[in-house]
Amino acid sequence: MAAVQDGQLNLEVEKDIKTEITNDGSGNINANSSSPGSTSSGGKSKSPAGSGEDQQTLLAVLQFLKRNKLTESVDILRREAGLSADADDSPVSESAGAGSGGVPSVGADGGDANSLLSRVSIATPVAPPDCGLDSHGGLATPIYFHSSNNCACTVVAASGGEDQPDVNVVLSAYSQQGDPVLYPLYYNGLKKFIESVLDCHRAELSQVFYPLFVHMYLELVYNNHENEAKQFFEKFSGDQECYYEEDLRILSSMSKKEHMKGNETMLDFRTSKFVLRISRDSYQLLKRHLQERQNNQIWNIIQEHLYIDIFDGMPRSKSQIDAMSGSLAGEGKRDANKAKVFYGLLKEPEIEVPLDDEDEEAENEEGKPKKKKPKKDSMGSKSKKQDPNAPQQTRIPLPELKDSDKLDKIMNMKEATKKIRLGPDNLPSICFYSFLNAYQGLTAVDFTDDSSLIAGGFADSTVRVWSVTPKKLRRVKSAADLSNIDKESDDVLERIMDEKTASESKILYGHSGPVYGISFSPDRNYLLSSSEDGTVRLWSLQTFTCLVGYKGHNYPVWDTQFSPYGYYFISGGHDRVARLWATDHYQPLRMFAGHLADITCTLFHPNSNYVATGSADRTIRLWDVLTGNCVRILTGHKGPIHSLAFSPNGKFMASGATDGRVLLWDAFDDVELDDFTAATGHIHLPENSQELLLGTYMTKSTPVIHLHFTRRNLLLAAGAYNP
Amino acid sequence: MSYRSLAFELFPFLPPLFVSEEQRLLHVRYERYTSTMAEERRPKQCTVVLPTESMKAMAESIGVGQLQEESCAALSEEVSYRIKEIAQDALKFMHHGKRCKLTTSDIDHALKLKNVEPLYGFQSQEFIPFRFASGGGRELHFYEEKEVDLSDIINTPLPRVPLDVSLKAHWLSIEGVQPAIPENPPPAPKEQQKTESTEPLKAVKPGQEEEGSIQKGQGATSAEAKGKKDGLMRMKPRSTHELSVEQQLYYKEITEACVGSCEAKRAEALQSIATDPGLYQMLPRFSTFISEGVRVNVVQNNLALLIYLMRMVKALMDNPTLYLEKYLHELIPAVVTCIVSKQLCLRPDVDNHWALRDFAARLMAQSCKTFSTTTNNIQSRITKTFTKVYNKCWLDDKTQWTTRYGCIAGLSELGPDVIKTLILPRLTVEGARIKAVSDGPVVSNIDKIGADHVQSLLLKHCASVIAKARPLPDNVEQYRADYGYLGPMLCSHVVKARAQAALQAQQVNRTTLTITQPRPTLTVSQSGIGGSGGSRTASIIKVPSSLTLMSTRPGTPTQLSPPATKYIVMATSSGSSSTQQVLWMASICKISRTLKLSSSAVANSAVDMMKLALMRTATGKGDPELPLLQRISSLELPASEIAAQINA
Repeated sequence: MAAVQDGQLNLEVEKDIKTEITNDGSGNINANSSSPGSTSSGGKSKSPAGSGEDQQTLLAVLQFLKRNKLTESVDILRREAGLSADADDSPVSESAGAGSGGVPSVGADGGDANSLLSRVSIATPVAPPDCGLDSHGGLATPIYFHSSNNCACTVVAASGGEDQPDVNVVLSAYSQQGDPVLYPLYYNGLKKFIESVLDCHRAELSQVFYPLFVHMYLELVYNNHENEAKQFFEKFSGDQECYYEEDLRILSSMSKKEHMKGNETMLDFRTSKFVLRISRDSYQLLKRHLQERQNNQIWNIIQEHLYIDIFDGMPRSKSQIDAMSGSLAGEGKRDANKAKVFYGLLKEPEIEVPLDDEDEEAENEEGKPKKKKPKKDSMGSKSKKQDPNAPQQTRIPLPELKDSDKLDKIMNMKEATKKIRLGPDNLPSICFYSFLNAYQGLTAVDFTDDSSLIAGGFADSTVRVWSVTPKKLRRVKSAADLSNIDKESDDVLERIMDEKTASESKILYGHSGPVYGISFSPDRNYLLSSSEDGTVRLWSLQTFTCLVGYKGHNYPVWDTQFSPYGYYFISGGHDRVARLWATDHYQPLRMFAGHLADITCTLFHPNSNYVATGSADRTIRLWDVLTGNCVRILTGHKGPIHSLAFSPNGKFMASGATDGRVLLWDAFDDVELDDFTAATGHIHLPENSQELLLGTYMTKSTPVIHLHFTRRNLLLAAGAYNP
Repeated sequence: MSYRSLAFELFPFLPPLFVSEEQRLLHVRYERYTSTMAEERRPKQCTVVLPTESMKAMAESIGVGQLQEESCAALSEEVSYRIKEIAQDALKFMHHGKRCKLTTSDIDHALKLKNVEPLYGFQSQEFIPFRFASGGGRELHFYEEKEVDLSDIINTPLPRVPLDVSLKAHWLSIEGVQPAIPENPPPAPKEQQKTESTEPLKAVKPGQEEEGSIQKGQGATSAEAKGKKDGLMRMKPRSTHELSVEQQLYYKEITEACVGSCEAKRAEALQSIATDPGLYQMLPRFSTFISEGVRVNVVQNNLALLIYLMRMVKALMDNPTLYLEKYLHELIPAVVTCIVSKQLCLRPDVDNHWALRDFAARLMAQSCKTFSTTTNNIQSRITKTFTKVYNKCWLDDKTQWTTRYGCIAGLSELGPDVIKTLILPRLTVEGARIKAVSDGPVVSNIDKIGADHVQSLLLKHCASVIAKARPLPDNVEQYRADYGYLGPMLCSHVVKARAQAALQAQQVNRTTLTITQPRPTLTVSQSGIGGSGGSRTASIIKVPSSLTLMSTRPGTPTQLSPPATKYIVMATSSGSSSTQQVLWMASICKISRTLKLSSSAVANSAVDMMKLALMRTATGKGDPELPLLQRISSLELPASEIAAQINA
């Protein structure tokens, strides 16, 4: 089923992209048609290099022109080329000419079409699949998706990474090439030009450098110009922004065509278009320059591998660009971030709080019984009002509240009244939980929401659970013992527990690799853990056994998290696909594909309708659980993202990455204004963000792995003591 | 991260990745592989590849004899690329494992990603050293794998079972303030203490205004103005002149224990001084306590107390978190006093004050080593002080032997160079003087003892230096000519020293370390390297305090101890108060003399007194009552015994 859908989808989108290219090319059409001589002279200059290469270049140009129905220039070009390579060229041009007659046909050129196809299949999620069939399926399924297993798996796209359709096909797009000796000249020419343009355009145009550099280098490598590639790299790698250093290192190690096969970074570059946002003025400048210089090599790369998002308005400044750049595939496209996000919270179910209890509490806590009541009222009224930004209550089906959940909610509300208001003058107390003797390596920690349990995942593939309250961890009695219990008695829930096994900590064995992600269910009955062995495991905290091993990721699963309402959970890992699961399905309900590198962290939005994933491709994506679409691509980090957090009201998100920065995002409103030069998506902290830093607390020798605010706003931290 | 070991790790599975020109797929068992790895040292230069010789060597090791140069080049490029690729993947695992150090398991996992069988047998070793050998005309790196005797493994006792993971909670911060508990790092790291004391303008604290320096005053006012302008500015915690109630209690306890009668308590207190990270606020008080204490007790000739105070100095110096430079002006005079004072005890003929002088001299040498810089020039100043006294006593026969002993001890602890330049030239004169005492008319017993001690000291220190500096042979007559009276004795000592040196030279592999000052270091010995997997022994957590952390009950700390809010500003121990103390001291001594108390008891009470006085001035409660006489604890241990203890 999935495969079929996939196929249809690919076709659909492929068409989309084709038309898109046609539109895109309009600038190019002018360029080529207005100066046909330039093309030919380029061809001439290349002719000594070798007829084979020459021919290929010509072919590519011809194809391009034909695709754009520029028969005139095709003719001119063919005439020009005919002078040098008449005999070889004619059959090709004939076949191409046949193609050019009608609508650009898929079969025009086998290799090219295939490469396009393969590219599309990867790039699909970038352009949200707007085909009716798919979205319809997405709409229909979720309502039933706990019952219907087959439709549940709305695979949005083929997975990325390892199972690339055919590497050779992908790579073949690099076969068109020019004289390797000229590459540095081209690049230098462009560099000189960009350095000489007006300051206001320079920053924008400088964005072109990095993707151009990468693609030129890859072309050189692909065409076996190893030495030229090396020289090219040495000459210009220093010019690139420092935050690309990591990628450059990978690139530089790649010096042979054989290396390109199976190199993920390379495929990322190849299969996804690098997205740049450039103002119309700057773009015109660039275009004119390339046109004047007849710099077809660069122009081709820009056409083939870059997606230039042109906007009207003031060119952006360097700092604006820097705030957004840094990701593996450029910035998010404008229309990728257009979808509406319902970031409001769901309405809290109305629970009658037993009043006498409250009063007792109030009496116990003398001094402020008066203050508390209005506060409570305000809270109540707030939850009654429907947030305009909130999704519909039934947008995705959520599990019904059980009695125990209601009790928990009541507890939660009670605790919330005791919450300490924090501020710069009122800093939280921090309680630090050190894991001692964790020689095997602590890799993940999670606290339950009520801070009664701590779970740690270890590199020796164990999961350990501690109780931090005096209540010990007890396991349910065995089946034989359970049958002896009087089921009618009032304290049956107590009786089923085995007192003999009570202890402060329990060890869960089952994984066969380091445990990288761990998450408690909100009702504290389950624990999720994800591991290097490619599985996510669900553990029962009643029996302390493994209930399910969810298999789907074939590679290490870096993170997993329960939905705030339970039942659903999300996992993401090395295979670049995030999967949404329900605990009672052994197959994923949704697969979110689109990241270009490992998914390093996953997080549910507080209203459970959205999922955020952070990745080593230095982007954060927000996915809609209902449709499976990517609704936001947030760029700006300069290193792999390693942690995410939503604000409790769901409006903001914070992300931390290895670039040492924490970015705060306010990107869920309609960010896309026309004048989006100002809207970077993330909140700009004042220059001196040190002023926002309220306190630094050093540990002795303990890396902090996890942080958690309790309901009363006490901050809990955890890490392994590392003497 | 050791790239070397990493690359080494990779070798065994590299052969399957080779695609040689001969189209030979090389499958190998793990053996010794050789390579020089210069790779990935510089992050920028990533085009570095393995040398082709490595390929040759590897090929040879698996029986491929003649590998062509081009094949080698192609191979090495391929191999280098694959290594880098795997290293990059392995880094991912390192990051997700929340570590900064690449381990062998990371590489195993990275291999697994690539569907390559992981490498077995490298799990346990933390560090895989590369050995360097040369043979056959080329240099080789190889991994040394010793043969393991099974019976050895069987017979060795099993290592201790590693402790299980446990959870321990502590307060990292209480309402924004980090409590100074052993679980937290020291509140003010040494660096900060240093910058605070060396660059007062940058971190001016209001407390420093009292020091009256104009510069500082200005700095403070500007800082205040700044503080007013920007209401949010966080003032640095006042650190110099205020102690919380807890700290005052601690100070009282510690000082009492340090000079009190209970040896166990003293040891505990000294241990606390030497290790506690949060002492810097009390440092000025400790240093005043010591300097005042020495001043009083030298007058009182209370050897025991002086010894205790010197031990405190040592403990302070041993504390790695304290920035002592600021207080050397108080500590050094105190120490020097203990070295060269004419009289340190009531009965110089019986008590072993020599030990105290030796101990203090070592302290002096240690502080010279640690604190001497080009700006403060401590070492040269100290040397000058000693030589001045020494010169004087050389000129003046009336100088006490005790002082002379102290000077020589102080100088000789400063190292062989000092001995050579300053003491050796004087040997003849000293010898003559010693001779005069021993052979001359019967003088006081004290002089005789003093001369004996000086003689043995000179022999002890000079012999080793001479043994090194002076060429063979050791001729008695020659020695007599050079060094006078001490010559013959020196000669025999030198011969002995030489013999000992020769003996040491025979034990080639053992590096001998002469530690003049036994430091209280806690060494964790690990056994069982070799094939058995060295890291199986549970290494005990090195911080002593954390051994108590092992409570299995994690639990939230039950109570929030309120942050120390109550501060009492203490008057500086300016001249007036110290003179006051001395006066009290004197009065106490008078009283005690009338009561005919033992000297140590008097000293004890005096110090108690002083402490109390300090506390009083600290707490601002005036008029010191003198209830101390009741509290005078009898000090049983005779001073000589304590001195012996120090020596031991």
